[in-house]
Order: sequence, then C-alpha cells, then structure tokens
Amino acid sequence: MSLEQFSIAVLLTFLAVAAIGIIVLRDLLAAVILTGLYSLIAAGAFVVMDAMDVAFTEAAVGSGISTILFLGALSFTKHDQKPRGNDSWLALLFVVVTGGLLIYGTLDMPPYGSATSPAQTHPQLAKRFIEQSGDEVGPPNIVTSVLASYRGYDTLGETVVVFTAGVAVMGLLGLKRRRPEEELPEHAPGDTPHEPGHDNDRMT
Amino acid sequence: MKSYPRQRHRVLQVVTRLLVPFVLMFGLYVQFHGDYGPGGGFQAGVIFATAFILYGLIFGLQRTRRVLPPSVLRWLMALGVLLYAGTGVVTMMLGGNLLDYDALAHDPLHGQHWGIFAVELGVGITVTAVMVSLFYGFASKR
Repeated sequence: MSLEQFSIAVLLTFLAVAAIGIIVLRDLLAAVILTGLYSLIAAGAFVVMDAMDVAFTEAAVGSGISTILFLGALSFTKHDQKPRGNDSWLALLFVVVTGGLLIYGTLDMPPYGSATSPAQTHPQLAKRFIEQSGDEVGPPNIVTSVLASYRGYDTLGETVVVFTAGVAVMGLLGLKRRRPEEELPEHAPGDTPHEPGHDNDRMT
Repeated sequence: MKSYPRQRHRVLQVVTRLLVPFVLMFGLYVQFHGDYGPGGGFQAGVIFATAFILYGLIFGLQRTRRVLPPSVLRWLMALGVLLYAGTGVVTMMLGGNLLDYDALAHDPLHGQHWGIFAVELGVGITVTAVMVSLFYGFASKR
C-alpha cells in the first residue's frame, strides 16, 4: 500500500466518522460544524488525488460558505433536533437496499487511477485534452480549458443554476429592496445580548 | 431594541479590517490566475463573497449593506450570467458557434484567451452576488 493510498484510506475513514457524527448528533450547531469538517476532509482527499481545482472548490464552498449559510439557517430555528418518533424498520430496509444498490453500481467502475479506463483512453477525452488543449485553447491549466472552453456550454448551465438558486432563495426569504434603516439590527450579528439566562453560543 | 457596545469585538474588528483587503486580493488572484493554476470563477466568486460575509459577521449587516447594497447585488447576479451568455451571442454574431471563442480574434488562441477571461469573469460576478445575497437573506431575518 503506497503512501497515497494510505492517506486516502485514512481520510475516507475520517469522512465516514464525520458522517456518522452528523447523523448521531442532536445538537444542530455541532452537526453544522461537523459538516464543515466533512468538506475539509473531502478537500484533503481531493488534494491527495491531485484534483486541485475540485479540492479548492470543496474547501471554499463546502467548508466555507455552506457552513456559514447553515449557521444562518440555524438562527431561524432551535439548536436542538426534535426527538424523532419511532424509526420504522421499513425506512431502514429502504436505506440499506438503496445504499447496497449504489455500492453495487460502483463495482463496474474502473479502479482508482486506472490508466485504461474509458475516460483515459477515449481519443476525444483525456488524450485530446492533454495533448492538444495547449494548441487549441492555450491555458496551461487543462481544467480551465475544459471547464471554460471545451465544456463552456455546461459551465453556462452551472452559472444559470447558481443564478436560479440565488433568485429562488431571495424569493423565499424576501430580500427587501428598501428596508427601513431603523428596522436593521443595531448590533453586529456576532454580538450576544447580555441577558440573564440567555444562551450565549447563539449566532445572532 | 437595545444597542450593544461595539468595543466587545475590538480585536476581531481590527483583525477583520486588516484581513478583508487581502481576502479580496486573493479572490482577484484566483479569478485571473485560473488559467495558470488551480482556481477560476467559481472559487474566486466564493472567496470574494467571503470577504463581504466576514465583514458582515463582524461589523453588522447595516454597514455591509452600505458597502454593497442588495439592489446592486441583484443587478450583479444577472450581469454575470448576461456576460457569459453574451459572450456566446457575440461569438455567434462573429460567425462561430455558441461559445466558440475562436471567432473573437484573428488568432484563435487570442480569441480563446478573451473568451475564457470573459466567461470566468461572468461566473465570478454571479457567484459573488448570489453568495452575498444568500448571506443577506439569512442574516437579515431574525
């Protein structure tokens, strides 16, 4: 087992532990922080796998922005998960079967790092990007060439998805155009009010 | 509503004030250096938004809204997508296919360079605006 494989195995184990922690924890604040940690570990795994751009995105979006937005969403609600009712065996069966099918689906995939996987050997995919993107597109970072030029249409779609998400959330939360100044909170969101008996670990 | 003394977060405020310009600078670096290293519009947009969110967390929404009003954000959100799609329309008008940057300049490589620059800028603008307005949306409700 090479060092790389060992690192990936360790990181994936941490991922599983973090995921179980997120499920088990009743304290939503702790669960949100663990979600951020989960993304950070995933970013580390991507770095080991030499997928720098993906790791960058995962670290910035997954463990950065998402955590903050989750914390913002938490300020709408309580910090403890409601006690659940009886978990039905049918639900467990459903989850196990679905998970089993997903794992079964990965059995057909080429092994990690395989040089003979279809994506590597197809003349119009990795081969062409690596050998010809310098002459066809230019940037030394092939990921940028693929993302912005070869697959520019996909990226346009992704940008529209981000835009749509922004519009949808603004529609749901109602980003008011002219909110009266006196309605705005006087204190910074990080401040915690000095009230007796008020739990002090709240975000707002 | 009571007002709370700002002195309680003096250290955070000083550190944030020092940090924000560097975060913005790093965002610009990731945006425009994406051709040569890891990065690009998505990551740069998020990092750029993080600077405003950090400022908002420490100094409050009111002051952040003065720097970057929500009305401007809405225009920026649309502007980014428009810049991206507009690049595609321009390439079509110049005789190429949609988003075929070769048509943007006489030398296809220059065309590609300009095209990628424009669309990545569009992605960055939209992502920044969406992320900051999501933060506004969540933080202004209480």
